[in-house]
Amino acid sequence: MLGLNSKDTMLLIVVAFLALAAPFLLNPFPTNSSLAQFNAGYPDLMQRFAIFGIFAIGFNILFGLTGYLSFGHAAFLGVGSYAAVWMFKLLSYNVIPAIILAVIVAGLFSVLIGYVSLRRSGIYFSILTLAFAQMSFALAYSVLSNPKFNLTNGETGLQVYGDDPQILHREGLPDVPHLFGWAMRDNFLELEVAGWEFTFNNGYYLCAVILLVVFYLAIRLFRSPFGLMLRAVKSNQQRLNYTGLNPKPYTLAAFIISGMYAGLAGGLLAAMDPLAGAERMQWTASGEVVLMTILGGAGTLIGPVLGAGFIKYFENIFSKINDNVLHQWFAFLPDGMEDFMVFIVHPFVGKGWHLTLGILFMLVVTFLPGGLVEGGQRIARLFRRRGKKTDTPDPEHHPKETPHVAE
Amino acid sequence: MGILEVKGVNKRFGGLQALGDVNLSVEENTVHAIIGPNGAGKSTLLNCLVGKLIPDTGSVMFDGRSVLGRTPYEINQMGISRVFQTPEIFGDLTVFENMVIPAFAKRDGAFRMHAFESVAREQDIVERAQQMLEEVNMLDKLHMHSASLSRGDKRRLEMAMCLLQEPRLLLLDEPTAGMARADTNNTIDLLKEIKQKRDITICIIEHDMHVVFSLADRITVLAQGSPLVEDSPENIRGNPKVREAYLGEAA
Ligand SMILES: Nc1ncnc2c1ncn2[C@@H]1O[C@H](COP(=O)(O)OP(=O)(O)OP(=O)(O)O)[C@@H](O)[C@H]1O
Ligand SMILES: [Mg+2]
Repeated sequence: MLGLNSKDTMLLIVVAFLALAAPFLLNPFPTNSSLAQFNAGYPDLMQRFAIFGIFAIGFNILFGLTGYLSFGHAAFLGVGSYAAVWMFKLLSYNVIPAIILAVIVAGLFSVLIGYVSLRRSGIYFSILTLAFAQMSFALAYSVLSNPKFNLTNGETGLQVYGDDPQILHREGLPDVPHLFGWAMRDNFLELEVAGWEFTFNNGYYLCAVILLVVFYLAIRLFRSPFGLMLRAVKSNQQRLNYTGLNPKPYTLAAFIISGMYAGLAGGLLAAMDPLAGAERMQWTASGEVVLMTILGGAGTLIGPVLGAGFIKYFENIFSKINDNVLHQWFAFLPDGMEDFMVFIVHPFVGKGWHLTLGILFMLVVTFLPGGLVEGGQRIARLFRRRGKKTDTPDPEHHPKETPHVAE
Repeated sequence: MGILEVKGVNKRFGGLQALGDVNLSVEENTVHAIIGPNGAGKSTLLNCLVGKLIPDTGSVMFDGRSVLGRTPYEINQMGISRVFQTPEIFGDLTVFENMVIPAFAKRDGAFRMHAFESVAREQDIVERAQQMLEEVNMLDKLHMHSASLSRGDKRRLEMAMCLLQEPRLLLLDEPTAGMARADTNNTIDLLKEIKQKRDITICIIEHDMHVVFSLADRITVLAQGSPLVEDSPENIRGNPKVREAYLGEAA
């Protein structure tokens, strides 16, 4: 289907199902139950799942396939957001031009940064991208926000004001980002079934559909000759050279494509909430997408999406837990024990949730070098082996097959 | 005029004169062997032919055009393929994928942005890769991870990758090192067969005299960076200077 083999078609269908049914799947606990705090089916959080999924898919095209580790991809995310907000200010709150310009501007920006950074490889490439991103951050934060030439609005962040031109704005259109009148922040359906509540948000569904489109494009890219060349760059650049292929344009193209994915994600962030700040470009944001990709499984198709969901979910859950919640959890313990447990757990939740993330990351990287995808594969293999224990493996006739770039 | 003309090539590594005034002329459609003791500069000479090294002085002409100053991929696209002394393959990829890459390089050139097509649907490329693997008897290893191949198989794979491109000049750096006797003989047969089927010039570095005397039309003996003699295999066999410098008891 759609030019994919049956395995990839299945993968796409599964992802489509998960994305479209997310409002149900992510709200498994009744609203009044004590477990409701573990629900994730809120519009705001689901939007972030989809948007950072897109960001990580794009990052993986560069890092997972070519092995070039960029530490500056947040720059493209930020540029995309700024471009989108400018479209809101100049044209109208319609998200389509905003998203298109975000992708184009991020693409142009990545031509520049990629061309220079790709003159080096390995750690030097990473440092160059990091330097460029920090320069972009500094530019956005201060240099480009002087009264004469205010492109970014500095610390406050770029936003839409009442006196902005918005030349295409018409009576009757909402005064928030919208898709032809369909406001992103509105919900088109709010279901209440018994104790459960499900929210179907316009913005989330736009993000989900775009996620599916770019995920499909990523599958095609992975299976294409171009994708093969990118994996060859990672495997043995010397051999590629002596085989008559020029690695430079391949890596640059991968860099630009992943920059455009980041720009798209940045544009969508602005489309969900029309505000662009410089902190979006900071190195911590670049580091986050690296974590997402490695945590989920670099070089795999679904890994980055899983990693993005994993990190954004735990960020949301753990950062919400405060001492009151902890006291509730440990209320069953005798008083002294209760305080002691709260004292122990306290540093790992709320503002300290990065500590938890760090520990989770270390555990995954140590025990599952292939990320969450490898974890899934191991579990699947466990079941399969249990299914057919009787036939003896015959190494002669079953030479070790490569794990395919899939799943 | 040979298809490959090396004139007055010198290469120094610090104080070491790796190549000293090397002249070499390889006739089209012949097999030219380069032999010599370890450290004689044989691999260094090949490095100067494929753009890995630039000689300090001298000229290297392939088919009337200079290769000096061109990048390795440009030189490959001119029609020179090389098998390295230590196998250079795409270890993370399958045998099939290893074969497909040179096929694309041959058909589409040094760069082409085909990110939406599917490798599996490129009929001509897939067939070409399978056919070449069949020729080297490796079709059964199609889906194996190439890093898990034996040393001999890695060499055969690398040779197949080069042959698939139908190069005009094939450079082989000890292609049978680490191979079992039977595989060595298969390699000799394969090269003979290829030579019969199409126009190809082969330049082979080899320590195994059985391989050299089975294939070579001309032999150059290199010692301490300079060509000692260049002659036909019969004359090389009887040359006392060569015996002394290199062949020894092997002759
Ligand atoms: N990149 C380099 N830098 C410094 N010295 C080098 C370099 N490459 C080769 N040499 C030296 O040049 C000399 C010739 O090396 P080369 O690899 O060409 O020998 P060879 O004839 O191929 O030997 P073998 O039969 O062992 O492969 C050796 O002494 C080697 O140490
Ligand atoms: Mg050598």
